Amino acid sequence: MAEKYLMKGNEAIAEAAIRNGCIHFFGYPITPQTEVSAYMSKVLPKIGGTFLQAESEIAAINMVLGAASCGVRAMTSSSSPGISLKSEGVSYIAGSDLPCVILNVMRGGPGLGGIQPSQADYWQATKALGHGDFQLLVFAPATVQEIVNLIGTAFDLAEKYRMPALILADGMLGQMMEPVEFPEITPKPAEKPYATTGTQGKRKPNIINSLYLQPDELERTVRERFARYDIIKQNEVRCEEYLTDDAEIILVAYGATARVVRSAVEDARACGIKAGLIRPITLWPFPEEAIRNAAARVDHMITVEMSMGQMVDDVRLYANGQCDVHFFGHTGGIVPTPAEVLDQIKKYAGGAE
Amino acid sequence: MASFHKTNGLTDAVFHYCPGCTHGIVHRLVAECLEELGILGKTVGIAPVGCAVMAYDYFNCDMIEAPHGRAPAVATGAKRANPDNIVFTYQGDGDLAAIGTAETVHAATRGENITIIFINNAIYGMTGGQMAPTTLPGQVTQTTPYGRDVTRAGYPIRMCEMLSTLDGVAYAERVTVTDVPNVRNAKKAIKKAFTAQIEKKGFSIVEVLSSCPTNWGLEPVEALKWLKENMIPYYPLGCYKDATEKGVF
Amino acid sequence: MSVHMLIAGFGGQGVLFAGKIVAYTGMIEEKQVSWLPSYGPEMRGGTANCSVCIDDKPIGCPIVLNPKTLIVMNRPSYDKFINEVQPGGTVVLDSTLIEADSTRDDITVCAIPATQMANDNGLHGLANIIMLGQTLKATGFCSMDVLKEAMKRCIPARKQHLLEPNLRALQMGYDY
Repeated sequence: MAEKYLMKGNEAIAEAAIRNGCIHFFGYPITPQTEVSAYMSKVLPKIGGTFLQAESEIAAINMVLGAASCGVRAMTSSSSPGISLKSEGVSYIAGSDLPCVILNVMRGGPGLGGIQPSQADYWQATKALGHGDFQLLVFAPATVQEIVNLIGTAFDLAEKYRMPALILADGMLGQMMEPVEFPEITPKPAEKPYATTGTQGKRKPNIINSLYLQPDELERTVRERFARYDIIKQNEVRCEEYLTDDAEIILVAYGATARVVRSAVEDARACGIKAGLIRPITLWPFPEEAIRNAAARVDHMITVEMSMGQMVDDVRLYANGQCDVHFFGHTGGIVPTPAEVLDQIKKYAGGAE
Repeated sequence: MASFHKTNGLTDAVFHYCPGCTHGIVHRLVAECLEELGILGKTVGIAPVGCAVMAYDYFNCDMIEAPHGRAPAVATGAKRANPDNIVFTYQGDGDLAAIGTAETVHAATRGENITIIFINNAIYGMTGGQMAPTTLPGQVTQTTPYGRDVTRAGYPIRMCEMLSTLDGVAYAERVTVTDVPNVRNAKKAIKKAFTAQIEKKGFSIVEVLSSCPTNWGLEPVEALKWLKENMIPYYPLGCYKDATEKGVF
Repeated sequence: MSVHMLIAGFGGQGVLFAGKIVAYTGMIEEKQVSWLPSYGPEMRGGTANCSVCIDDKPIGCPIVLNPKTLIVMNRPSYDKFINEVQPGGTVVLDSTLIEADSTRDDITVCAIPATQMANDNGLHGLANIIMLGQTLKATGFCSMDVLKEAMKRCIPARKQHLLEPNLRALQMGYDY
């Protein structure tokens, strides 16, 4: 068994990225993700990689665009306000069919908001991290170990499908320390015949571009991309179900909030209420099937988020009226407590003592 | 006897540039330099947003089309990924000196070993002739219909002068392409800039004063005359910094 | 046994470091562990705290809202958390800095003048470790050997000369 380390989520993600062959990192300081940059700045220069503190979030994401164009694994990380600044570059990266990994350690918003944990960027991550028709792969780890495990997956899938991947974490996951082990891996970056590494006079020039002035050409390109998205929806959905088999009430939560809800589900079981939890690990593609099936079995679902209710839209969409879907959450940096969630479970479980 | 041939540094695509526009000349000069220096096969060019947005179709090397103003950041990523590649950006005044000022200044001050070809024609061409950061005081554009009023719109930016104050800049020169001696001079500067990059001397920039007959509302020859009489006095030609002997680090 | 601990005080008193040592005891015993700091502008001088959970099963919520054990090193934190301690829980407080006035009779309160002891014994800045020693005695959350081993792991190689005073502080807190 690999050695276990006690590491902060932010440091673990940096180490995991490096172990997965990402040695080019471009960032800008912002709380609560700064440890990612700090870790990268310590390690990368020693192993021949690039750590560059950019002049802005905008520059950082465009450096990622440049590096990804040239075929290397590249990454940037930030926190909510900084991610907004990156959205232009993210759209171009998606439009240029380039792989990269972006980390958002979410904090409260809108505006400068706050620096405590939040999940208020769900809509941004899954619906519109930039202009135009496109999606990102969105992963929502709930433990430091899962962050480590998902970062390799994020790079692999980003390359396989030639699209950006987003790790959607929050201030709690970024700042907390948990035991973590790094599985032995040999990164296998995909072949990138499209990369702009110089023709060497042996081939036609490669062009990385997102401009299509002919509408039919642009539509064709976007449709091809969406055909790829359909394949991803078929093959890459990840979610965890906890005690849902016999559940009479099902909660839906992701990331750090799912940990709180898991505690509440256990407390509910101790009170004799058969509660269960669906924890989406990919937020896009969303676990539509799991929600659809669960909604057919129970009368009530409760979505718990650190926001005013964003993922609940998707839960309602795929529950499709089969059951009532309720929302409970806090925003602004307040983490819901297990006791509060238990109250919600009791409220809707009905009859149970 | 010497005969004219088209450089292999350009593809066979037909330029979309307006008649009398000097982009074509500068494209050719850059392409000739890449070919003559023998670096075409390892060059990665970064196209801007602006009139030269489709430069990726014209240069016969690997190309990346960057978001507006971000070419120096994209170039930075490309150069850091593969330091042995030769990386250049080709940017207009709005791209380089307005929306992308931060990217330009910081790539320069980092001494990023890239080359920037900066087309200064004192106007936004692609969007139809609006005020640029380099539009001259009093110059009429679509968004300065009464002439650029510096009390409202501020003063033009002299990029070469500004960048020459930065320690990371190895080479900054302003040239123009209004006539044969100037074209020759421009090519010399462009070649020197790429040579500086090949020799890892640091950031290099060549600013080319260019004409935009369409949006200036002038015939091509008149436009060149206007450039000489109005732009050169405000933007004097010459070398503003040359640290190519010892490099910036 | 499981640990559900909140350590609170001023930034600079080493509450996060003390929490890290506790977390490492769980690592050594191969249990599930979480360590969560408060973070932000309270880095220096403001109030700081950290939550430490150690359990046999996966840690759900890593925020300790109702601690089984509260280690508290300043008055504002005492006021903030004293009524959050679980009935039957233990509070270890630095009596140099806090005049305990809670009327709760359902918790065990251990008062130890840790800051004074540290200053009197040339252990400046190690009140946090003295507190930890007292907590070990009061709760037995792990063995002394495991705690010492955890401390060794938390002190980086280039600061190994600090191990001896730390171990002394630990023992002093335990023996009080």
